[in-house]
Amino acid sequence: MTNLAVHLEAQQPLLQTHVHEAIATGAAHVKGQQHPIKLYLVVWGWLFVLSTCSYLVDYFGLHGYLRWSLILLFMVLKAGLIVAVFMHMAWERLALAYAILLPPVLVLVFVAIMVFESEYTHLIRVLFFAAPT
Amino acid sequence: MAETALTNPGESPARAAGWQGIAADWSSDQRAFKNVSWGKAMMWIFLLSDTFIFSCFLLSYMTARMSTTVPWPNPSEVFALNIGGRHIPLILIAIMTFILISSSGTMAMAVNFGYRRDRVRTAILMLVTAAFGATFVGMQAFEWTKLIMEGVRPWENPWGAAQFGSCFFMITGFHGTHVTIGVIFLIAIARKVWRGDFDVERRGFFTSRKGHYEIVEITGLYWHFVDLVWVFIFAFFYLW
Repeated sequence: MTNLAVHLEAQQPLLQTHVHEAIATGAAHVKGQQHPIKLYLVVWGWLFVLSTCSYLVDYFGLHGYLRWSLILLFMVLKAGLIVAVFMHMAWERLALAYAILLPPVLVLVFVAIMVFESEYTHLIRVLFFAAPT
Repeated sequence: MAETALTNPGESPARAAGWQGIAADWSSDQRAFKNVSWGKAMMWIFLLSDTFIFSCFLLSYMTARMSTTVPWPNPSEVFALNIGGRHIPLILIAIMTFILISSSGTMAMAVNFGYRRDRVRTAILMLVTAAFGATFVGMQAFEWTKLIMEGVRPWENPWGAAQFGSCFFMITGFHGTHVTIGVIFLIAIARKVWRGDFDVERRGFFTSRKGHYEIVEITGLYWHFVDLVWVFIFAFFYLW
């Protein structure tokens, strides 16, 4: 234990400079997230516009790939605005952003697996149980 | 923050041998998110785990819908309402979406006023957010009642594939529970803000720790997440 203490003491000056650097770079965050109210109002407005657009997709009864691509486009834009601005992810440290945002992307692998699985189940049901629809 | 030891790459600090060393490495002064408080980091990690839960619900819904040979009920018709003699498709869900987005807007502004230490505005905006959330849950209760009266059950419904009911009750029920918990969370924190707990650094009843205005942002993270999940449910369950 004494050895350890000596070792740490030797590192102290180095540590101090590191801490000072960290404080200097993090200075903007000391008082928390400060952004003009106008930014939130603009994003709020855009979320309304995008929601209206996705509702209109259903209202006008668009079909097929046009419908699905529009739904996905509006969904991704809305989700991006909420996470980036409302949840302040755009101003967080990159280490946190990657730690939180990358894992959900990997869910897409799970989606791909389940698409194959359900198409297989559907095929088996059509072949052996029900009249095809 | 200043007392946290930042890891110095290239050097391996001395550690005790065996399990003690392992425990020391995992417990002492190891900090990945340097300027992010533990409260905010843990809320983000909780939200990440919640993301996986909702992902699993939506995935099982996708699997059920893709693999059934019976036609899926048309959500546009199922959730239509007659307002003033006009038949409007999906209108209830659209109104619920706008209510939840509005609540997110007021929440974002509450966080902003919180960091400016504007006690009264922060509390009022949080209570407005909670009111929007309660309205949302109320409309969801109306929607559930309507569907149950029309004969939707987890095992059957009058319009098509039986899995429609189970997916609907599971996904919207779990989301509604999250909104309800969020409303309670908001009211509890708004009360503390209103009382000025974070200005006089009063110690919490449960934790005995001093609170900070950052808790408003952490509450906000949870609330925005609930809105975020609704964006995906709206797209995949109601619009698809």
